Amino acid sequence: DDSEWRLWFPVLLDRKVELYEMGWSLKDGLRDCHVAAAPYGGPIDFRKPCIRCPLTTFSPIWGPQWKSGVVKQLGWTVGDDLLCVQEDGTVLVYDLFGSFKRHFSMGNELVQSHVLEAKVFHSPYGTGIALLSGTFRFILATNIEDLKLRRLPEVPGLQGAPSCWAVLSQDRQSKVLLAAGPDLYMLDTTACTPVIPPGLTPQASSIVHMAVSFSYKYLAFFTDSGHVWMGSANLKDKLGEVETKMKTPPKQMAWCRRPKGQQPSVVVMWEKNLLVAGQCQETIQYPFVDSVLVPEMDGVRIISGSHHELLQEVPAACEEIFKIASMAPGALLLEANREYEKESQKADEYLREIKEQDLLGEAVKQCVEAAGYEHEPETQKMLLRAASFGKCFLSNFRPELFVHMCRDLRVLNAVRDYTVGIPLTLPQYPFMRRYVDPQKRVCKLLVHRKLYPLAFEICRYLKTPEYQGVSRVLKHWACCKVQQKEEADEVIARAISVKLGETAGISYSDIAAKAYECGRTELAIKLLEFEPRSGEQVPLLLKMKRSQLALSKAIESGDTDLVYTVVTYLKNEMNRGDFFMTLRNQPVALSLYRQFCKHQEPETLKDLFNQDDDHQELGNFYVRASYQEGKLETRVSLLQSAVDEYNKAKNEFAAKATEEEIRLLRFQRRVEEEKGERVLGCSLHDTLHCLLTLGLHKQAEQLYKDFRVPDKRYWWLKLTALAEKEDWEELEKFAKSKKSPIGYLPFVEVCVKHLNKYEAKKYVSKVTPEQKVKAHLAVGDLEGAAEAAIERRSEGEVSLVLSRCSATTDRTIVDRLNRARAAAAKK
Amino acid sequence: MAHSARRDAPELPDFSLLKRLARDQLIYLLEQLPGKKDLFIEADLMSPLDRIANVTMLKQHDVDKLYKVENTPIFSTCDQICFLIRPRIQTVKWIADTVNADKAAGKFRKYKIIFTPQKFYACETVLEEQGIYGDVSTDEWAFYLLPLDDDIISLELPEFFRDNFLEGDQRWVTTGGSALHLLHSLFGPFSKVYGIGRCAKMVYESWREQVEESEQKAQKSEIGNVFLIDRDVDFVTPLCSQVVYEGLVDDIFRIKCGCVEFGPDVTTADKSMKVMLNSQDKVFSEIRNEHFSNVFGFLSQKARNLQTAYDRRGMDIKQMRTFVSEELKGLKQEHRLLSLHIGASESMMKKKTKQDFQELLKTEHSLLEGFDIRECITYIEEHINRQVSMIDSLRLLCLLSLTENGLLPKDYRSLKTQYLQSYGIEHLLTFANLRQLGLLVEQQPGDALTAMESKVGKLVNDKTAEKLTGAFSSLAKKSNFRALSKKLALVPKTGEEYDLRVPRDMAYVFSGAYIPLSCKLIEQVLERDGWTGLEEVTRMLNGNEFVVTASHSGADARFKTDSQRIILVMFLGGCSYSEISALRFLGREKGYKFIVLTTAIINSARLMEAMLDNHV
Repeated sequence: DDSEWRLWFPVLLDRKVELYEMGWSLKDGLRDCHVAAAPYGGPIDFRKPCIRCPLTTFSPIWGPQWKSGVVKQLGWTVGDDLLCVQEDGTVLVYDLFGSFKRHFSMGNELVQSHVLEAKVFHSPYGTGIALLSGTFRFILATNIEDLKLRRLPEVPGLQGAPSCWAVLSQDRQSKVLLAAGPDLYMLDTTACTPVIPPGLTPQASSIVHMAVSFSYKYLAFFTDSGHVWMGSANLKDKLGEVETKMKTPPKQMAWCRRPKGQQPSVVVMWEKNLLVAGQCQETIQYPFVDSVLVPEMDGVRIISGSHHELLQEVPAACEEIFKIASMAPGALLLEANREYEKESQKADEYLREIKEQDLLGEAVKQCVEAAGYEHEPETQKMLLRAASFGKCFLSNFRPELFVHMCRDLRVLNAVRDYTVGIPLTLPQYPFMRRYVDPQKRVCKLLVHRKLYPLAFEICRYLKTPEYQGVSRVLKHWACCKVQQKEEADEVIARAISVKLGETAGISYSDIAAKAYECGRTELAIKLLEFEPRSGEQVPLLLKMKRSQLALSKAIESGDTDLVYTVVTYLKNEMNRGDFFMTLRNQPVALSLYRQFCKHQEPETLKDLFNQDDDHQELGNFYVRASYQEGKLETRVSLLQSAVDEYNKAKNEFAAKATEEEIRLLRFQRRVEEEKGERVLGCSLHDTLHCLLTLGLHKQAEQLYKDFRVPDKRYWWLKLTALAEKEDWEELEKFAKSKKSPIGYLPFVEVCVKHLNKYEAKKYVSKVTPEQKVKAHLAVGDLEGAAEAAIERRSEGEVSLVLSRCSATTDRTIVDRLNRARAAAAKK
Repeated sequence: MAHSARRDAPELPDFSLLKRLARDQLIYLLEQLPGKKDLFIEADLMSPLDRIANVTMLKQHDVDKLYKVENTPIFSTCDQICFLIRPRIQTVKWIADTVNADKAAGKFRKYKIIFTPQKFYACETVLEEQGIYGDVSTDEWAFYLLPLDDDIISLELPEFFRDNFLEGDQRWVTTGGSALHLLHSLFGPFSKVYGIGRCAKMVYESWREQVEESEQKAQKSEIGNVFLIDRDVDFVTPLCSQVVYEGLVDDIFRIKCGCVEFGPDVTTADKSMKVMLNSQDKVFSEIRNEHFSNVFGFLSQKARNLQTAYDRRGMDIKQMRTFVSEELKGLKQEHRLLSLHIGASESMMKKKTKQDFQELLKTEHSLLEGFDIRECITYIEEHINRQVSMIDSLRLLCLLSLTENGLLPKDYRSLKTQYLQSYGIEHLLTFANLRQLGLLVEQQPGDALTAMESKVGKLVNDKTAEKLTGAFSSLAKKSNFRALSKKLALVPKTGEEYDLRVPRDMAYVFSGAYIPLSCKLIEQVLERDGWTGLEEVTRMLNGNEFVVTASHSGADARFKTDSQRIILVMFLGGCSYSEISALRFLGREKGYKFIVLTTAIINSARLMEAMLDNHV
């Protein structure tokens, strides 16, 4: 409808779109109200002193009586929470439905100095708060979710409150720009820098109001001389300056521009006056009642006591099509479609005209684009029908543009409906939050407003994957459901399980957590039973002090970290006895805890075994402890404890072995004292070896008898020890002392090993017939070996000897062996 | 000599991607701590780190000095310190001590702990208990998988074995699941998963859960099937002496992260030398899977060929030029490798052709066959009495117990006593560990049960039998090796000639004396496409077998695509090079390609060392 536009001069074209007529009225209009509205068509909050009443556009939600301190500023966060900045620096956070969520302080000094002014701002880093204290210092928090307070540097010579100030977001940080009389300062965390806007009219002696654009790219000043200065936010370029002929400072000022827009302009508002100032030195005025301006990324929302309107630069596509007597391809296509619907042949003429210029594709695009900017569904339909009509005559037009636009508009129209009241525009739709899928975000908005059915339908319509769409909506619904105090646990649990069923990605534990938060433990436990992943149940069960159940669920989950969490929790919660008893029934948890104790608390480990009467492990524990101990006495006493435990465990073998170790230690101690040799801690074998090499044969003999060392071992030991000492005489005596239990081949081999063939040969004759060949070979006596082999008529041994012979030097032996072999073969 | 593969053998996926991913993430993590910093690296992470990044790369990201974590006070002047560690309580405790010492000395630094492959809550608790939770920042480096070769990927977590099977600590289960998940997301989807063992089942569950939680992308599958197997299903195989070249190199020189250090006796120079052993080494790749007795002959043939290649008399100038510029370099490289491997074989020959090695092998084979057990025991006794080798004696004891289903009480006591006499009483703890794992046990008087059990198994249906075994689970730690060996024909009949140059089955990796149980199971399950017909076998292995077909890939399962013949075998608790060789053989025979994913490469020595108590 053209009447809502005003055409000024060829360049400045704005329009006002009536969004809603307010579904409620305030007795006194907006006078004396704090008003806060969130960007992207978000909720509006009106607050009269002492009454809080946050409202959505259509259906107001009346909050409870305001009981807290003096409110200085209201604002919405990006997550749709309402912030109330109080005079004492406390910030109260409420949700969309006016229930209190939390509070935080902007600094203790404010209790004394008070907040003079505050601003809530949005940047890519979240929602921030800037405020001016009674001592004229600025305090800034860039993201209230991760609160870091920064006190900005003092402004030199600032005696009173600045005439106006604004928060800028530049170079990845938030700064404050303030005007004090004729001076302008930029404050960042480190410095206070005086700045001068380029080309500011000399008539101005001070700046009385300023406005930053939505994107933080542009800045506007209103001067005491009535000029509006517009320029870039870095104060490097000037866009323009307009004289308004108004000397009173405006009530509010806001940028009205759109991304890629041609005409950035500033909207200035006084009590009874609204003025739009563009780059082109001209202004336009609207008739006006007392209102509030809400800057948006593509326009300005104007909210009054009874109306909610959007003021924006007319998008190029709409202008092209709806401009009076426009000959743009889109306009012609629209006309063609109108004629076609009237079944008039003029349709063909219009169409031909577009086609002749080869602009049909362009025309379709224009119509589709313009439809996106229109708020009236009827107009949208008209434009889309025209586009669809035009599309029929194109063979290669890609359908996505049209399809996506229809889909997006259906969603937008649904949320713009006055019962929902989110006046989102198409350009805002994908920009609602960086990096977040706009569809998801819309769902979130609706869910926040408890508009579950609509959110559910939108998810299904958009075919959002269940996991991200429907499941989330259902989860929020369920979380809301558990708060309905009037319904019985049984009823709620059943209702939830019926509706949610096995929907993918539903976390029953989150819902149960919500129920528990609302004080409904029984309901929470009922809901947890629906949770298929046992690991998810654990944290809540712990919170609800169902620790035993938590432990078995954690073990079921197979996640040792989780088991460990529960174990640590139990350890702190329970007395030791109960704790150990609990572990006893859960072997997985027990072994995990044992591992931990081994490194951290060995004594606890002992208690643990004690509790279980696990004497075997206790015995092992003492043995382990004994060899970490240096002092002999302690060592012996630890081993003695081990013996006791092993006896209790009926492990005779271990008990005996340990007893022998004690005896050995005592023996070693004696040797050390008497002979000064270090043998303490050696094994029996090593001790014997040591004694024998030292020539302490008497002691060795004693040890051999006392510990019933097998004869074989003793012979081996003595043999090697004597050979190492090269005590050949003693060796020979030893060999003759009695019949060797290990035979005499080892004597031969050991002597050879110590490179004494002469001694070795002495024992060759004593070797058993079976080992004769080996013995001869060991001392390198091929002839002897050959003889023995032939004598024994062993085919294998003959070949063995042959393999050691060389064909040249041992000719005769080879021949003899071959002959013997042949003879054997004949038989 | 490398056996010609079947022509239709599928191509292996390219796993170098895993290295790139790990490297990029490490760089990202290092950059999270901007500015100069000293980096402390856990000792056993050094080699894995070496495989994916070098010092230059670390320096490029502001690492000033590199240190090894050594549990001693640190001397660093840097005001930023980064620790790259495994999630072990001892190490975290050491860090806590370090930080606290700095605090006491009034030094203020920034600390960052990077846990790899993941952090455990227990470690964070230590930080909290030591009061430094707020002083350090922690991060995770998801370096789960290190490709050691084209077909071997390792988690490099040797402690997995002890923690999981001995201590009953399941902390690494999720790690296993995550590792599998990583492979699945890069090279999957898998269409079929087979498995046996309790841990295998848990890893499978953990992986399943992670798959369900993450978003799935449709992609071309490069790995079709997965086989998960617990180490405790087969202890016999890793306890046998290895005689295949690669395994033997590991037994003698110890391969660390695919790299071996050859001493001066091998290099015939005065320095030792580090050599990478993988398919890039053309000489090695031809002999790695060969029985050792063939290797020397092959190498000398190769040397002769090389000689001819060098000998180019009668070339004109032009030919000479191309020869020098193109072929000579390759020949020289081959020459160098050849001389190294010849050196290594010589050194091994010296050690292994000795009488005692032959006797050792003979004893092992007797044990596997179940012949002359008395003689074997005498041999083991002598082995212990002469203090030949602490680890080897222990290994023989375990092998005896496993193959004989436990030792007679008399032998059990006397062998243990003798062992304690040789090596000291602390091995009481070792024996306790071995007993707990069922590696070295006493025959139970109720061993008649086995006989009864198997009779029952034959008479009644399997369900009842399962219940029965369930009831006897206290005695379930039985190896049942003899029965398994008979059922699966693991030990070829004696007396038959076995030509090791032309292997006819996987037994060649143990000189034709024994087919590795683990590999035989894999072969059987793949052949039967499941566990049907192996009920008796699985019962003897304590069950826990499973097979799961992914529901979505019903269509492509019908025809065998290439990926269906690529099988990922995940060994939980480690696998030996002999098993890898056996699987490669099986793959060549049946036209499969196996990828081995293991928690670590093990051999008998590593397995036994894991059983010792930490303090020995």
